[in-house]
Amino acid sequence: MSRTFAHTIVALAFMALLTLACLQVPGEWNWSGVWEYRQKFLQGWLVTLGLSLAALVLSVLIGLVVALLLAARNPLVEAVGRIYVELIRGTPLLVQLLLGFYVIANAVGLENRFVVGTLVLAAFSGAYMAEIFRGGLDAIPKTQRDSARAIGLTRWQSFRLVILPQAIRLVLPAVAGQLVSLIKDSSLLSVIAISELTLNAQEVNSFTYSTLESYLPLAVGYLLLTLPLSAASRRLEMAFRYER
Amino acid sequence: MQLTIHHLTQQFGKVRVLDDLSLETGSVGSLVLVGPSGGGKSTLLRILAGLDVPTSGTIEIDNAGLPRDENGLRAYRRTVGTVFQSYNLFPHLSARENLILPLVHVHGLTREAALEQIREPLERFQLAAHADKRPAELSGGQNQRIAILRAMVVRPTRLFLDEPTSALDPEMTAEVLDMIEALKGTGTDFVLVTHAMHFARRVADEIAFIGDGGVLAHGTADAVFDHCDNARVTSFFTKVLQ
Repeated sequence: MSRTFAHTIVALAFMALLTLACLQVPGEWNWSGVWEYRQKFLQGWLVTLGLSLAALVLSVLIGLVVALLLAARNPLVEAVGRIYVELIRGTPLLVQLLLGFYVIANAVGLENRFVVGTLVLAAFSGAYMAEIFRGGLDAIPKTQRDSARAIGLTRWQSFRLVILPQAIRLVLPAVAGQLVSLIKDSSLLSVIAISELTLNAQEVNSFTYSTLESYLPLAVGYLLLTLPLSAASRRLEMAFRYER
Repeated sequence: MQLTIHHLTQQFGKVRVLDDLSLETGSVGSLVLVGPSGGGKSTLLRILAGLDVPTSGTIEIDNAGLPRDENGLRAYRRTVGTVFQSYNLFPHLSARENLILPLVHVHGLTREAALEQIREPLERFQLAAHADKRPAELSGGQNQRIAILRAMVVRPTRLFLDEPTSALDPEMTAEVLDMIEALKGTGTDFVLVTHAMHFARRVADEIAFIGDGGVLAHGTADAVFDHCDNARVTSFFTKVLQ
């Protein structure tokens, strides 16, 4: 049995079970009320897509830079990276969003909430990304650096040609997981009134009083973003694999 | 090559791995370093290969002093070849890509010229059929032979081999040692750290017995193996050669 076929069968089975469970819910379903607002779902989904894409790219960049800070020999530089990671990972994203928007963005005169939201989300995810990258770089055996030095490569060449390609292979699964988290975490941007998918679903719910009918499409909306990401990550893993 | 080492000390924290080591060789094609594990042979070889800087002391190879700064050392490393015990090759690259990497990125050859330069050596050592495999698809012996070849194709002035067969089974050990012996036949100078005593005896122009951070015995193979009066050295050989 092919893998795709197996995945399809199991996914259909899950959906069938969920549908059966939904049929047990007492009361009438009100899909028509929610259907009226389909345009809102689409708009919210597009905002979530745009925000996530921007934050995704930014968070990888932030993660790389902070990972280099963490690996620095200068203790002051290392401390900057370490404090950043611990502060971000140790506090709720909700608080960071509120602080970022009402305090920091306000102080520097940044008013566009989309920009602020994307930056905070990227900074949040970037801290996790940094630890993933650092772990990947640390996992490359010292003998590889020795070999690279022995053939006369410079430090930068050794990083670019020897260490990085191997580290990328190691961190791909963890990075994909973190990016999936980032997409779902974007739902919290509703607290600074960014009209993304979750906020729109909440609004539809308050207009129609149809909770499940409002939130089930929300789940589908996020899956439409996260599933392609997972698939792309698996494809990349295959491309980068070098074990037998 | 001719090697002169004066008062070499290498200290890691409180541990003194090399302690005031001095050695002066004749003009040799091959110098083999033997001795107990932890005695300092690999530390000495890493310094000779320009990978580590000693705490103090001086080294001259063919009347040229070894640099101490990283830029000077990198320039020096580009003129020599070094092979470690294992994991020399880059696992994400095929054997062929491993071989041309230093030629292209360190020695400035075009990719085509580099591929041309490695073709004959690959064939001479019966490795051409394996050139497109990645290290994980090669046996340990094939890996080490590619590693030695990678050190050789840049045409180094000399090779440093740090226990190149210690991670291999006897059959693969034989195939790697054969290759090293073939290199000696072509006039390639090398310094070899090894536990393969019979091989050491066969290929060494001079042998230095390194133990307790110093040179406990030094001379021709016969002198060190058969006519040495240092009790530490003779008891070591009695144990490993029985």
